[in-house]
Amino acid sequence: MIGVAGELAVQPRDARLHPIFEKVLEGRRLDFEDGVLLFESDDLLAIGALADYVNRRKNGDRVFFVANQHINPTNVCILRATCTFCSFARTPREDGAYTMSLEEAMHEAELVRDSPIREFHIVGGLHPRLKVEYYAELFRALKQRFPGVEIKALTAVEIAHLARVEKTSVDDVLIRLREAGLDSMPGGGAEVFSKGVRATIAQRKLAAEDYLDVHRRAHAMGIPTNCTMLYGHVETYRDRIEHLSMLRELQDETHGFLTYIPLAYHPDNNELGAELGREGTATTGFDDLKNLAVGRLFLDNMPHIKTHWIMNTAKVSQIALHFGVDDLEGTVVRERIYHEAGAGTPQGMTFNEIIRLIKDAGKRPMERDALYNEVREW
Amino acid sequence: MKALPILSTVAPRRQEPSAAGSMGHHTDTPRPEYVPAPVEARPHAAEIVHWLDVLHNTPMLELGARAHALRLERADPQTVSYIVDRNINYTNLCITDCRFCAFYRRPKDAEAYVLSYEEIGQKIDEAKELGAVQILMQGGHNPYLPLDWYLGLLRYIKEHHPIHVHGFSASEIEMMSKVSKLPIDEVLTQLHQAGLDSMPGAGAEILVDAVRDFIAPKKIDSARWLEIHEAAHAVGMHTTATMMYGVGEVWEDRLEHLLKIRASQARSLERGKGHFTAFIAWSFQPLHTEMERWNLPLGTGMDYLRMTALGRLVLDNFENVQVSYVTQGPKMAQLALTFGANDFGSLMIEENVVSAAGIDFIMPESEIRRLIEDAGYTPRRRYQDYNLVREGETGCPCCSARAPLAPV
Repeated sequence: MIGVAGELAVQPRDARLHPIFEKVLEGRRLDFEDGVLLFESDDLLAIGALADYVNRRKNGDRVFFVANQHINPTNVCILRATCTFCSFARTPREDGAYTMSLEEAMHEAELVRDSPIREFHIVGGLHPRLKVEYYAELFRALKQRFPGVEIKALTAVEIAHLARVEKTSVDDVLIRLREAGLDSMPGGGAEVFSKGVRATIAQRKLAAEDYLDVHRRAHAMGIPTNCTMLYGHVETYRDRIEHLSMLRELQDETHGFLTYIPLAYHPDNNELGAELGREGTATTGFDDLKNLAVGRLFLDNMPHIKTHWIMNTAKVSQIALHFGVDDLEGTVVRERIYHEAGAGTPQGMTFNEIIRLIKDAGKRPMERDALYNEVREW
Repeated sequence: MKALPILSTVAPRRQEPSAAGSMGHHTDTPRPEYVPAPVEARPHAAEIVHWLDVLHNTPMLELGARAHALRLERADPQTVSYIVDRNINYTNLCITDCRFCAFYRRPKDAEAYVLSYEEIGQKIDEAKELGAVQILMQGGHNPYLPLDWYLGLLRYIKEHHPIHVHGFSASEIEMMSKVSKLPIDEVLTQLHQAGLDSMPGAGAEILVDAVRDFIAPKKIDSARWLEIHEAAHAVGMHTTATMMYGVGEVWEDRLEHLLKIRASQARSLERGKGHFTAFIAWSFQPLHTEMERWNLPLGTGMDYLRMTALGRLVLDNFENVQVSYVTQGPKMAQLALTFGANDFGSLMIEENVVSAAGIDFIMPESEIRRLIEDAGYTPRRRYQDYNLVREGETGCPCCSARAPLAPV
C-alpha cells in the first residue's frame, strides 16, 4: 500500500486506517478524528504495529525501567466523597484512615535501603491540614538519607491543594518543594479533562485548566513532569482524544512532559464501580493496549509512553512493549492505591523479573533514573 | 473444595489422616537435570527447524497477524464461541504423582475422594439449570475404580441426567485399560456405547518423552497419548489436544509437540471418523505443586501469545484454537483472540484443578461476552462439536441423536 511499508510488521485490515498510516509514515500529526477512529477500530494488531514503528524510531529497542519505592504518606482526602472512582481515600476519622509521621514515612523508605533504588514516588490524599513543610521535611530527610535518589512527588492536584491550604501561589509551593528536593512530578489527577466526565466522577477535583497550569508552571521552573489519563469508566472516545489534544498542546508549548501513562480504571471498592455495576470487572486487554498505542500515535511530541504493570498486569505490559511502549515503570515496592481498587497484581516485581520480561520480549532492558537518564543496560 | 466421602466398596480403607494436610502429599525431589535433544535427533526435525526460524525472525505482531489471518480462514470470522459446561472431577485419588499437579491426593490421603453417582447427577442437574450443554468429567488415575464403575456412571448419567459427556483423558483411559486388562480400543468402544460422547485432551503436557520423564515420569508416554486419541477417533469420538508449557522445556519441545499432534490429526482426518476439534495451550501454574520449588521461569505474556499463534499456524489442519482464560486471565485471553484463537473455551461452572494451583480467573458469562464483544466479535454459545447453539434448541444435537435427551 504505502512506500515504506517494509518497515511495518503489519498492514491494516481495517481500510479506514490507511490515511492514518499514511500520515504517520510521512511524519504528519494526527488530527482529532484520526484519534477517535483509532479507538473505534478493532484492528488492534495494525494499530499496535504503527505505534511500534513510531516508538522504534524514537527509542529503538530500549525499554526503560526504574527501581523505585512508592510512598503514600496519607490516604486522608478532602475529595473522599466526590472522587467516586477512588478506593484509596478516607475521611479523617474513617476506618483505615492514616497519615504517616516523618518517622513512619522514612521507615517505608528504609525498607528498600538494600535495594538499588533510584526514585521515590510519593503521592497521597489531599489532607486538610498537612502543609508544604510536612512534605519539605520528608524530602529533605530522604535526600539526606538517600543521596542520589530522585524524588518524584505530588500530583498537580496536591500542589494546588497545598497552595490553597497555605493561601499562597502554586509557584511558591513549587519553589519551596524544589528547594527541599523535589526533582520531578508524577502525572496523576488528570483523570479525564472533559467537564462532563469530571462532573460525574470527580466533581470537586482540580479543573483541567488548573491541572495543566500547575504542570506549565513546573515546566517553567525546569521541573519535568508526567501526564496521565484515567480511562475505562464513563468517558467517550471523543473525551479521550480531547484529553490527549490538551496534553499535546501543552507539550508543544513547554516540552516539559517526560512520559504519558494511560491509567486503567479499577472498579472494585469504589462508588463508581458499584454505580456502573462493574465490580469484579476491569478494563480489557484490547482497551489497555489501544490506550497505550493511541497515546504513542497521537502524542507525537511525547518522549516516552509508559505501561503501568500494576494496573495492566505484567503479562499485558510485556505485550505492550510491542504496541508503542518503551517504559515498564519500575519495581514498585509497596503500592497501595491500585491494590485498594482490586488490582490483583503483586505489590512489587523484582529487578530480575523485569529484566527477564523485557529480554523475553526481544528488547533491551535499560535501567533509568527518574529523569530518563540511562543508568545501565542489563 | 469440600472433600467428599470415598465410596466404601471400591476405595481403599483410610489409614489415618495425613498430618501435613493438603500440602503434605508431595515427595521432595530435587529438580532433575533436563538435557533437551538436539533438533536433528527429533521427529519432524526439518519442520522444527523451519518453525524455529519463523519464531525467531518474525516480529511479534506479524506472527499474530499471520495467525489471525489463518484463524479468519479456518473459523467463522465474525464469531467467537464458548461453551457452557461444568467440570466434574469424580475423583482426586491418583497414583501417578505428576510433579506439576496440585489437585491429586494419594490413596491414603485423608482428602482423597470419589464422588458418588448421585452427587455427580446432582452436579449435572445444577449445571443444566444454569444452561450447561455438557459436562467435562475428569479425575485422577484411580486404580480402585473398575471399568464397570465408569460404564455404570455413563449409563446412569444418560438415563437420569442426560447431557453431553466430554470426559476421561488419555491417561485415565490407560488406567481403565490396566485395571480391566482390556485393550484401549475395547475400553473406548465400551465407554462410547455406555454414553461417553467425546474426550478431552488433558494429560498431553509436552508430548516429548524426555520432558515427560522430567515432570511426570509415571504418566503414559507421548506415543501412547497419541495412540489413545487416535483410537478414540477411530471409535467415532472427537477429542481435543492440549499443551501445558513452561515446565522447563525448550521451543524445540513445543514444536515437536505441535508437529506430532498435526501428524496425528492428519491420520485421523484420513480415517474420516473422529478427529481433534481444537487445540488449547496454557502455562504451568506452580503453586502448591512439587515443581513449585524448582523455581522455573514462568510462562510470560509473550510466551502465551507466541504459543497461541504458533498453535494456529502449525496446526493448519485444526479448525479451532481456544484461549485459556482460567490460567492467563481475562486480559491475555482476550488478546489471544487476535493471535490466532477463535474460541473462549468453557464457562466452567465449577473448576477444581487449576484453582488448586492458586490461580482462578473464573468469570461470569456476561464478562466472557463483554470481552468477546469488546474485541469486535459476536459471542455465541456452542456445543462440544463447535456447532453453535441455536434459539430454542433443547439438547446437544451431536449426542442426542444416539441418546435422546429429555425435553428441557
